[in-house]
Amino acid sequence: MNSIITHSPALLIAIPLFAAFITPLLSRIHRRARDGFVLIVLAATELLALLLAQDIYANGIRKYVFGATLPSLTHPGTMSIPVRIIFEIDGLSIFMVLISLTIAFVATVYSSSFFKKEDGLDRYYTLLLLVTVGMVGMELTGDLFNFFVFLEITSIASCALIAFWVDRGESLEAAFKYIVISSIGALFVLMAIGFLYGQYDALNIAALANSIQFTFIDKVALVLLLAALTMKAGIAPMHMWLPDAYGEAPPSVTIAVVAATQASLYGVLRVCFTLYGKGLRLNMAAVGWTLVGLGLLTIFIGVTMALVQRSLTRTIAFAAVGEIGYMVIGAGTALAAGAQNFATVALKGGVFHIFNDVLDIGLLFLVAGAIIYATKERDLNNLGGLAKRMKYTTVFFLIGLLAVAGMPPLNGFASKILIYESTYQLNPIISIIAILSSILLLAIFVKIFYSLFLGPELPHLRDVKEVPKGMLVAMAILATLIIIFGLFPGYVLQTIVDPAVAALSNPTNYINAILGGA
Amino acid sequence: MIYNIPYIAVIILIMVGLYAVVFKRNIIKMVMGITIIESGVNLFLVTLGYRAGGVAPIFTNLPEERQIPGQLVLPIPQALTLTSIVIGVAVLALMLALAIQIYRQYKTLDVTKIRRLKE
Amino acid sequence: MDETSKIIKTVSSVMFPFVTIYGLYVILHGHLTPGGGFQGGAIVASGCALLVVAFGSDAIAKRVKESQLSLLESIGALGFISLAFVGIATTFFYNSLAGTKFLFGRIPPYGSNPGYLSSGGLLPLMNLAVGTKVIAGLFAIVLILAIATRKKGGRSK
Repeated sequence: MNSIITHSPALLIAIPLFAAFITPLLSRIHRRARDGFVLIVLAATELLALLLAQDIYANGIRKYVFGATLPSLTHPGTMSIPVRIIFEIDGLSIFMVLISLTIAFVATVYSSSFFKKEDGLDRYYTLLLLVTVGMVGMELTGDLFNFFVFLEITSIASCALIAFWVDRGESLEAAFKYIVISSIGALFVLMAIGFLYGQYDALNIAALANSIQFTFIDKVALVLLLAALTMKAGIAPMHMWLPDAYGEAPPSVTIAVVAATQASLYGVLRVCFTLYGKGLRLNMAAVGWTLVGLGLLTIFIGVTMALVQRSLTRTIAFAAVGEIGYMVIGAGTALAAGAQNFATVALKGGVFHIFNDVLDIGLLFLVAGAIIYATKERDLNNLGGLAKRMKYTTVFFLIGLLAVAGMPPLNGFASKILIYESTYQLNPIISIIAILSSILLLAIFVKIFYSLFLGPELPHLRDVKEVPKGMLVAMAILATLIIIFGLFPGYVLQTIVDPAVAALSNPTNYINAILGGA
Repeated sequence: MIYNIPYIAVIILIMVGLYAVVFKRNIIKMVMGITIIESGVNLFLVTLGYRAGGVAPIFTNLPEERQIPGQLVLPIPQALTLTSIVIGVAVLALMLALAIQIYRQYKTLDVTKIRRLKE
Repeated sequence: MDETSKIIKTVSSVMFPFVTIYGLYVILHGHLTPGGGFQGGAIVASGCALLVVAFGSDAIAKRVKESQLSLLESIGALGFISLAFVGIATTFFYNSLAGTKFLFGRIPPYGSNPGYLSSGGLLPLMNLAVGTKVIAGLFAIVLILAIATRKKGGRSK
């Protein structure tokens, strides 16, 4: 048992990666066997992540050095800097890993009944597992270059998934936009890594964070890193790929891409709070205010654009853009506030909102997918009166919309209230805009709810049936999590969010875990 | 001064690539732009790894009078470049495959005409 | 595409074995000289691309099925990850073969030497696995793109 936990950082990557390449072989034997195999693998990985999480909450940061004679040997021999690829897992990493694996599991459950006739499904599962590997890798790694590699794995695999419906021009267009944005973003990241490596001769995040001097070149690198990662996280003004990609991909892919976007957001947090964390109290207020401004812009654009959409998936996609803004505001407020008390509250809200957003937006996308599956329609004007035919889906949509709009007692409220509370202390206007946008979001979704599910039954939707069990189970998992998180926010905050926030606010722990010292 | 020429080339390559991505209307040219940016970044990494008087870190080719590891160049930037090239191949293949499929659907490679997704 | 001339076909057929041998050499000597799985694999795959250009994608597609290539690719990837698992008793990716008396286990002496192929532990095996994957993957990419862009007909991806 102990050795499993010791090796679990590597296994979290290795098992899905191994499974990714077994799936094409298995699908030659039998379809069902492949679907079941992927499910079992992801469930096992999730279990492993839970074990690791428990260990981390009890014993603090865990590290894993690949290829060394001991998993914890960061400085072999007389080396003064850490060599080899090191995975370093603190509260934030494991928090994000839990999100990613949960979403990957739900996506697999959903796709096992969403796709029936499509061919190329063996590659679909390979790519889905690769996206999972990429996200988890990004979140576990303690090495900047390794982060870049996993970033690219995530974006290549998710781009191929977005283009899964190759017969739809829209999907291809969205995928092309996505790959252009993400490859340029990734090259920016690589450039920034070059800048940092050229100055400090290190690629390890902890070693870099320890020696960072805030020279001009460091600031250029910071701007490049933030520009690229915010671009990949779908923060305005570079959000335009996101609604396309979210809106046009198959829904099970969309939620995986949502989780991948959050992994980029994790990159933003890691860069701001850990890599440049030493100057957190000194130089980062400007960065914080920039993030707050970008976040407000993101919320504004997301919500206003969601108003005018006619396609169901695109409306949800723009709502997703808006939701990302809340997390960025949380993180930005924490940076701008510096040492003041509400910084932690803001960070708590922002980090907690990552999980909530993935759940809420994920649920809405799955419901949208269910509606597309049942009716073959995407246009809001051609849909209506579905409540009688699709009872469960209606309930799930209701839960999702209330959660997204931040209505108590659901999870969206729990995190948004923390964000409102802390931003109000930074500047009341921020909090007012955030609250108003949330109300607007509620209005939009109530309207959609009405036009989708209530009202008269449309003649061409007479023979619509409820979707198959697999999809319902996937939606039920997310809905249950939403309700649990909403009912016991205190417990959730204490167990998983607080360690993540503590990890962000104390970069010295992260550094010392690798470099030793006090 | 002569050591700075590669860096100038890096800047030029990245600018040319960005120009192609932003202003060119043909998808294939955009793909080329991205590959040019990538070459620029790769050149940057390789240039960073250059040390005057260093020896290439090939174990079997070490000149007799040199010592290990004093004058061996650390091969990390080269490893980074190589990884980046491998990733670049994958991205390039994916983009070209997308371009082919887009051409089939839209019968054009002009990005201004490929606009079924508005807003 | 119009038929290529006899010269192209003959030269490509003659070149192909040499290119392949050179690529395999780069793969196998990856732990001694610059090169390795990806580089060697790319060389072999470029030899295959030469054949695709010379004989046309249809003629090649009759001989090599894409499903075979993807099978080979999966095997390469699985081989690589399995080799990484070999050292899991110590750490993932631990080079447990190095320093043993077994195949590839020899520790080469310091200083310049002609290079001992039987050294490097798991690295040559990993290079072989990566090489397999890259050959299959790049060949499949070239073949599929060639089939997709030929003038008439065209099977979807």
